[in-house]
Amino acid sequence: MSQAATTIYVPRDTTTISLGADQVADMIQTSAANEQQRLNVVRNGSRGLYWLEPMLEIDTDRGRVAYGPVMPDDVDDFLATECWREQAGHPLYLGLTEDLPFLKNQQRLTFSKVGLIDPLSVDEYCHLGGFEGLRCALKLSPQETVSQVTDSGLRGRGGAAFPTGKKWQTVLDTRAEQKYIVCNADEGDAGTYADRMMMESDPFALIEGMTIAALAVGASIGYIYLREEYRLSEEVLNAAIRLASEHHFLGDNILDSDKSFSIEVRLGAGAYICGEETALLESLEGKRGMVRAKPPLPAIQGLWQQPTVINNVITLATIPTILAKGPDFYRNFGIGGSRGTMPFQLSGNIKQAGLVELAFGPPLATLLNEFGGGTANGREMKAVQVGGPLGAYLPSTLWHTQLDYEAFATVQAGIGHGGIIVFDDSVDMSEQARFAMEFCAIESCGKCTPCRIGSVRGVEVIDQLGQRDVEFEPDDPERLAQKVLLEDLCETMTLGSLCGLGGMTAFPVLSALKHFSEDFD
Amino acid sequence: MITEMNSTEEHNNGWQASVKRILTELKDKPGALLPVLHAIQTEIGYVPGESVTLIAESLSLSRAEVHGVISFYTFFRSTRGGSHTLQICRSESCQAMGSRELESHAKQSLQIGFDQTTSAGDITLEAVYCLGNCACSPAMRIDHQVYGRVTAEKFDQLVSALRTNVIEVK
Ligand SMILES: Cc1cc2nc3c(=O)[nH]c(=O)nc-3n(C[C@H](O)[C@H](O)[C@H](O)COP(=O)(O)O)c2cc1C
Ligand code: SF4
Repeated sequence: MSQAATTIYVPRDTTTISLGADQVADMIQTSAANEQQRLNVVRNGSRGLYWLEPMLEIDTDRGRVAYGPVMPDDVDDFLATECWREQAGHPLYLGLTEDLPFLKNQQRLTFSKVGLIDPLSVDEYCHLGGFEGLRCALKLSPQETVSQVTDSGLRGRGGAAFPTGKKWQTVLDTRAEQKYIVCNADEGDAGTYADRMMMESDPFALIEGMTIAALAVGASIGYIYLREEYRLSEEVLNAAIRLASEHHFLGDNILDSDKSFSIEVRLGAGAYICGEETALLESLEGKRGMVRAKPPLPAIQGLWQQPTVINNVITLATIPTILAKGPDFYRNFGIGGSRGTMPFQLSGNIKQAGLVELAFGPPLATLLNEFGGGTANGREMKAVQVGGPLGAYLPSTLWHTQLDYEAFATVQAGIGHGGIIVFDDSVDMSEQARFAMEFCAIESCGKCTPCRIGSVRGVEVIDQLGQRDVEFEPDDPERLAQKVLLEDLCETMTLGSLCGLGGMTAFPVLSALKHFSEDFD
Repeated sequence: MITEMNSTEEHNNGWQASVKRILTELKDKPGALLPVLHAIQTEIGYVPGESVTLIAESLSLSRAEVHGVISFYTFFRSTRGGSHTLQICRSESCQAMGSRELESHAKQSLQIGFDQTTSAGDITLEAVYCLGNCACSPAMRIDHQVYGRVTAEKFDQLVSALRTNVIEVK
């Protein structure tokens, strides 16, 4: 009797490939073929424990067992010591994957399948409950589906945290021949990669979420506006769309119903502002990404002036869970006005960088210490930027802040898309403030003067403050005047800008100035 | 390789045929301009200035509109770049892990600044604002391939590998 083959999972997402996962997979496959080892290599997505990537897993009777990081240089040894037979003494051996504290202490709802399965296996997706949400939605009226989303308390995960059900209700209530579902996959915020992970590791969840949205509001056409930088996501999404259509989860007469919906992936072209929803719509229409004035809301007049649901990747990928398990299941996670879970993304100078999906509520420090394990280089942690390039820099005195929308608002900060970037004590915060202004200047669409010109002026003011060859006392009137000027500039930008780029650049700049004022002296 | 392309005329005929074929394929898509520009750049390496008229006519746009879109998006090029594009992430997560030093090293070792091409014509250097590889900063990208935890040594290795490998003719 021939022995059954052992399955070895070698992840395949942009980051694991950036560390050599493709070479690792090739080497194992070649060896298996040459040595006639009974090994079956499966390319799963990433579990998001990136300091352990490439993290290889093998199927055992006890469950999946992990080794990591297995770099290309480690593969010969991995094979020579027959690691597929669970070698607990191996230096890269990590034990049962599900017992790894970083994973075990999370509440993975939206990311429940991410990293477990071959992202392009319809069978595996369905086996773990995939497309159950869609089946539920097909039995509900559009209003019932929208009400479930409203009742779940889900708010948009793209940054603005607008109640998703409310947005869908507006589109449902607006009469039109043609409505659209647009997925915002522009993920421009530095320090964020949850959308990318979802698209590369569990693309069917996004497709299912978009399809449920289409049924709910009566849309028949969907677009995924994907940033150009995400080429692997593009490949995986296009393959997933093809497979979902072949299996009748997408296309005409979805699962033998009278409903039809199609999805097309469109690539952006390197403009941060196209993540802003109205600029994104302009771009989809083939124009420059200039922000539109609101009203009209995209929900009423969106793509080609038609009612349009525009949601972030994570918002949409969360929908199947809500439909399959019910709105109460979802809203029972989280606190106050922040219901459900949020995928936080640890990055920058942190020992254990990776994706942590948690119910809203624990303090920021939990992520930094218990999950993150402190800085990567062991130096002292000085500043943490939460919520991307338009997010505030927080000092250690604020790391007890609870991770929820309201608590963050009270400390003049935001959660945004959940990116958390850690800096050690070698950072110069005036340089970070300068970069925030520079970024605004580079990426401004140019429509508002405070954003376009104010940001350039902001760079100049910070440069003047930073002229360290000039001897200044910290309370020198000229310096104080410069700081006041910077604050005024931020206020003008906040009040006089049409969108969040000009409107929120003050968050990183003023937080740096307020909490780290010594770096400006 | 590119420099050996003997006459401008031959070159023009090449891209004109491509642009016409792409326009025939894509012009009826709603909001076709970005897909058209992407397809042209993928095939030709840039969007030739002379193609603007063809694109504008085919999509019923003014030349100014087409030109405005090409110049708005940093990804689109109207002149040919190097054989490879090397992008260094300048965003915050990478800054926290030494990207400012990596950027200086890259500029010094290639002897060019951002948006410039080496004298050998093999590499165009660009800034990029996030590659979504933030868990393994600092990051860079060569053409479509992303690399993580890039040190100066790793940068040198990757560049010399680019230079010693036989570069495929586009
Ligand atoms: C400058 C700017 C950039 C933005 N970038 C993104 C982005 O990359 N991805 C995203 O989902 N939302 C982004 N947003 C938020 C969108 O405008 C919009 O709120 C979101 O797509 C709505 O989806 P949601 O409700 O599901 O979050 C950005 C907003 C601004 C002002
Ligand atoms: S704030 Fe800046 S990016 Fe936003 S609309 Fe105004 S000019 Fe454009």
